[in-house]
Amino acid sequence: MSKPYPPTYKKVINVVMLTLTGIAALLVVSVLLFILGYLVWNGARSLNLNFFTKLPVPVGEKGGGMANAILGTVKLLTLASAIGVPIGLLGGIYLAEFGKGPFSFAVRYTTDLLNGVPSIVIGIFVYSLIVLPKLHPSLLARLFPSYFGHFSTFAGGVALGIMMIPIALRSTDDFLRAVPNTLREGGLALGASKAQTIVTVIIPAAMHGIVTGIMLDVARVAGETAPLLFTAFGNVFWSHGWNGPTASLPVVIFNYAISPYTDWHRQAWAAGFVLLSGIFLTNIVARLLVSGKGSRSRSYRLRIPMAALDLFSGKRSRVRS
Amino acid sequence: MATTTTLFDLKKLKHARTARFGDPEPMDTEPWVPAFTIDGMSFFYDDFQALHDLTLTLPTKRVTGLIGPSGCGKSTFLRTLNRMYETVPKAYMTGTVRFGEVSISDFSPTILRRRVGMVFQKPSPFPKSIFDNIAYGLRVNNLCRKRDLEDKVVECLQRAVLWEEVKDKLHEPAFSLSGGQQQRLCIARALAVDPDVLLLDEPCSALDPIATAKIEDLIFDLRRSCTIIIVTHNMLQAARISDYVGFFLQGELIEFDAAKKMFQFPSNKLTEDYITGRFG
Repeated sequence: MSKPYPPTYKKVINVVMLTLTGIAALLVVSVLLFILGYLVWNGARSLNLNFFTKLPVPVGEKGGGMANAILGTVKLLTLASAIGVPIGLLGGIYLAEFGKGPFSFAVRYTTDLLNGVPSIVIGIFVYSLIVLPKLHPSLLARLFPSYFGHFSTFAGGVALGIMMIPIALRSTDDFLRAVPNTLREGGLALGASKAQTIVTVIIPAAMHGIVTGIMLDVARVAGETAPLLFTAFGNVFWSHGWNGPTASLPVVIFNYAISPYTDWHRQAWAAGFVLLSGIFLTNIVARLLVSGKGSRSRSYRLRIPMAALDLFSGKRSRVRS
Repeated sequence: MATTTTLFDLKKLKHARTARFGDPEPMDTEPWVPAFTIDGMSFFYDDFQALHDLTLTLPTKRVTGLIGPSGCGKSTFLRTLNRMYETVPKAYMTGTVRFGEVSISDFSPTILRRRVGMVFQKPSPFPKSIFDNIAYGLRVNNLCRKRDLEDKVVECLQRAVLWEEVKDKLHEPAFSLSGGQQQRLCIARALAVDPDVLLLDEPCSALDPIATAKIEDLIFDLRRSCTIIIVTHNMLQAARISDYVGFFLQGELIEFDAAKKMFQFPSNKLTEDYITGRFG
């Protein structure tokens, strides 16, 4: 009689390992679900219309909301994206399509280092660069004195923007390099210049990944508190323009959560819930916009006039009838 | 998705798929105009020499097949003709290659590549719709007025014998097509910019025999309107479709002649050994 296959000890190992991996997976999911559930339970209960429309009120008074912090976070993220996304995107395109040799290696390496710099250190950097320029004013500080020398939305946005650069850059780089070379050659073989190929074939092909990467990036800096503490600072009133201190959701959560008042704790939970839902919503919207691209070619397409690209490639228009 | 499986009928192809070197082909003996004149061309990948001192002329409006074992430089040779090798860092070419009367190094690469189209081994449709794939070359080269675009796309699809299969789904993604259809789409895409020469780099190697037969049929259709240079691993394919054949071995051109003569009376011992299957 032949031995049964698989032998018993293999079956035992199989069951043990499967159980272990299953438990680990369950743990990961349950921790996440627990946090989310707790946040939704506490946050959603404390939400009301006032939260979105009213300014904060002193302790003990009823009503009041965080409209200024919501707007502040939106402003900070807009400014951060305006700084981080173009630099990351263009840098990523350079690395993936043009960069070779030691220079691009150095850029990749330093980008990874920048990604590893603790956010509080970036906060200090921006603090000394923008909030304290009276000690050693830079050229920019002399040109735009109203933005320098004090806490401001501008300083907070710059800090978050710097934090956004590495992830935006590396994810763009990675997703562009994942586009198969056959597409690059296919574009070139049809008489498209390199610039045309990149803009009309490579980037659309990688668009989904690039947008996902940038959304993750925005989500990451949306929750940053440390650099905002001494750049955007905080404010209990509306912050007009870009050169005054502003409230932001993470900092408000921090301040309210460490306070001794139950009412403020409630509001902190609500703020956390709003922050999370906001990130979640933008994420979904961005993905919906992008997923229409490859399949329905006519919708949502950012059409860049070919003639404009010709300017860069040095071609003259050759319309034949 | 409903799929109807029908047995492939060889008779449905327009041209009989048999080796043509037995048939009389009067045009083969007519004098031809050179499309490419290659003189003393060598090619290097950094310090590795891939092609050794090639001298040959490639005929206009004929199908030229390039055969030889793997790594013998056929594809490299093809890529020099439209300067596609320039995307490889540290690769360079010596000697002269003239396209018509003009050296290819005097062309702007984009204009050269528009006139010398190329189709690759792996079908590589862009992640766009079928329509946009064909229209791509027309758009980037400004070759077509907007109102003529639709007609031109239809014309190209008809020319590549793909129209009947895709006419109802022009705006669906090109990836929804089968491998063979994708490859024919790539040929149609290359034809859209109206090239003088079409370089085919093993266009059938990733395809099944039926798709291969359809592409060969298409090449046969195009052979008098377009110069076609095709690299193939399949010797029988070279025999079926080409007017002229070049045999490469280890970066050198061993023999270049009319397909009929080459396959029946090879003048070189190496060619004879290769086409009779003694090596390779």
